Amino acid sequence: MFTIYEARKILTMNPARPLASHVAVRDGRILGTGSVEELAGWGAHRLDRRFADKVLMPGLVEGHCHVSEGVFWRSVYCGYFDRMDPDGRIWPGLKSIEAVLARLGEAETALDHRDLPLSGWALDPIYFGSRRVDRHDLDRISVTRPIGVMHASGHILNVNSRALDLAGLLRPGISHPGIPLGEDGLPSGELKGPDAMMAVGRHAGFDREAQASDEPGLRQFARLCVRKGVTTATDLANLLPDEAVDMMLRVTGEDGFPVRIVPFRRFHGLGVGDLIKRAGELKARSSDRLRLGGIKLFADGSIQGFSARLRWPGYYGGQPNGLWYIAPEQLAEALELALAGGIMVHIHTNGDEATELVLDTMEKVLRRRQGPDHRFTLQHCQLADAAQFRRIRALGFCVNLFPNHHYYWGEQHYAMTLGPERATRMNACASALASGVPLAIHSDAPVTPLAPLFTAWCAVNRLSAAGRVMGGAERIGIAEALRAITLGAAYTLKLDGEIGSIECGKRADFAVLEDDPDEMPPERLKDIRVWGTIQGGRVFDAAAI
Amino acid sequence: MDANDPIPASVIGGYLGAGKTTLVNHLLRHAGGRRLAVLVNEFGDLPIDADLIVGAGERLIAIAGGCVCCAYGSDLIAGLEDLAGLPDRPDHVLIEASGVALPGSIGAALSLVPFFRLDAILVLADAGAIAAQLADRFMGDTLHRQIASADLVLLNKADLVSARELAATGSRLASLAPAARIVPAHRASVPVEIALGLHAGRAWRDAAGAGPTHVTAAFETLSCVLDGAFDVAPLAAALARPELGVLRAKGLLQDRAGRLMVLQLAGGRHETEVVAAKGARAGRLVLIGQAGCLARNAIGAAIEAARCR
Repeated sequence: MFTIYEARKILTMNPARPLASHVAVRDGRILGTGSVEELAGWGAHRLDRRFADKVLMPGLVEGHCHVSEGVFWRSVYCGYFDRMDPDGRIWPGLKSIEAVLARLGEAETALDHRDLPLSGWALDPIYFGSRRVDRHDLDRISVTRPIGVMHASGHILNVNSRALDLAGLLRPGISHPGIPLGEDGLPSGELKGPDAMMAVGRHAGFDREAQASDEPGLRQFARLCVRKGVTTATDLANLLPDEAVDMMLRVTGEDGFPVRIVPFRRFHGLGVGDLIKRAGELKARSSDRLRLGGIKLFADGSIQGFSARLRWPGYYGGQPNGLWYIAPEQLAEALELALAGGIMVHIHTNGDEATELVLDTMEKVLRRRQGPDHRFTLQHCQLADAAQFRRIRALGFCVNLFPNHHYYWGEQHYAMTLGPERATRMNACASALASGVPLAIHSDAPVTPLAPLFTAWCAVNRLSAAGRVMGGAERIGIAEALRAITLGAAYTLKLDGEIGSIECGKRADFAVLEDDPDEMPPERLKDIRVWGTIQGGRVFDAAAI
Repeated sequence: MDANDPIPASVIGGYLGAGKTTLVNHLLRHAGGRRLAVLVNEFGDLPIDADLIVGAGERLIAIAGGCVCCAYGSDLIAGLEDLAGLPDRPDHVLIEASGVALPGSIGAALSLVPFFRLDAILVLADAGAIAAQLADRFMGDTLHRQIASADLVLLNKADLVSARELAATGSRLASLAPAARIVPAHRASVPVEIALGLHAGRAWRDAAGAGPTHVTAAFETLSCVLDGAFDVAPLAAALARPELGVLRAKGLLQDRAGRLMVLQLAGGRHETEVVAAKGARAGRLVLIGQAGCLARNAIGAAIEAARCR
């Protein structure tokens, strides 16, 4: 006995039969699409008509996000934009510092012990003019408990006096580039960059490593995936200690767990040889819903944090060039050993100089060693130009670009970090496709919200939050964008033979939509309503998850 | 050392292959009774020679002579706090930076942790390779920033280049780091007093007239007994002038207000601090420089200029 689902429309992404009215599912996999008559040939079945007014498309694949999105929702959402939490509640964006403080104050009254930390996230004070949040603002909420509020970019943390005091930093004489001082000579409470943030962050409820193996966070993340039509999501990246892997295997293996997680082992704490060995061990522990074995390397930092490595002429305001997080010799060794061991590598390169280093290094490595179908992926790769995309193609790389940046920080890139030309060229999806580069697009959640249809909207429209089109020539079509969030992302994970389209033999992973992407005008792509998902043939109703 | 004194911490930076690990092992072998704690970014390629290891845990390696090595992962500050909380408080911390890290940033981060003081930023450079590395299209500016942040540049593998090349490279580095001192080295084997400064107890014995002990023929020590009061901070600044040739100095001097002050100097970095008396007698100053490079007359003039009248 198998099930035939009837739908208003099925967008299969299979060019041989792009549209269908029915899909047959057995043992969590797709028998085929077509009419009932065609599918009935497989034998005894039952017809399920509950999606007769819905549109099915392949389950969405988020190729670059972090499971920690589920952890952050335990903190108070302080963002400027409306955002949906794992319960499906939409938290209205906060349009002033007073509104941020009011929401934090409300959360504060719900905490019992007077010294428990209070944490918030996704603050974006660039929208509040020149006024900065300082410790006195947060002291109005509490002086007894430490308070920390992470900025949306992840590069700045605001804390109150108590948090500074706990870290031993509420004192005069601090001289650190990441710690601005107030008029009284004491830290203002704004902490910039990882060192300054970490010195105080863990006193205010932020511990990055602990997020890696957070079971409730993983469960919350999965619920959010259902609400956004996502059936496969990466966790890019994680240190993947054994206890985290054990937990993830157990939780993702539960009957009701609705999403396939693809964690990548971050290059940290191991030498290159041991990293590759560890990746091989992890790969052997994979299950259907936990695909292990990839590694993530970091070449540079971030553009808005001025730590990305840019080629000439560098940052718009003349800031010094960014930071390298790997030496070329280590990169070459990692690429070579990964090719030899068949290990999948995704590499964070934000700036175009970082991209250039990876391309130069890979070119040398590929002269020494064969790398058939390696599909190593440049993650973010935000500033690649047409010439780099041609090299990316020639060297067999994929890219996973970050069009959400145009919406959230496009204006800042235009005015402050990159200047107009590069701000309108970045995340050049059209150039990537024109060069034949396999393309995925991503949210980097929790940096921006997990919502591939929104990411597709960003790639199609390239609008900044202020409404400016950031490089119209790099817009892509709806069909191309939908492919990037399904087959495109699946390709970068070497899962395109299993997922990413609706066709015979593949996993029965579908996004169940209320609206038809074919009928939506491009500017409304983000407004497509998601009913839920079918993952491995199991139905997940977002309203009941 | 008093349990409340800040622990001196040195940052050891420089590009891959410059000799950072060699230096760390050299210092561990010649710690001279100091309990050193080595903080490394990761245990990836183990930075400690196997014969020095007496026990290994997941995050802490025990080393002969009461020394330890810890991996700090992504959180240097937590790693430092862990060290400060060890039952056997270390006498000196060495932070080994990754090859592409900026040692100056690590030094700045140190200021955020109570219980530590930045003793010196030591940057190693491979005498035969540094010129090409500084010109590298990708890494060049990072190497410039590493060198510029140094208090002492150890121009390592000096024996593998000609004297002429060594001199040229030395002046190039000096121009990139005007406040730093350039110290040629072979297998990173500089005297421990150069890398870590003068061990408090030993320094005062030396000052009493015993003369140089551990300093090799390539270096010389100048010990002075200085009675009376001094303007200590101006003295430290004067001794840090490159033309005096002082690589390291430590002094225990009385100031104008009659307070006991400790003076510490590493290349261009110097600081003075009031200390509790602890029975030590003020009036000692020990200086180390490369043999023949200590400008004794200028040093004497600097001391006299700082004497309170």
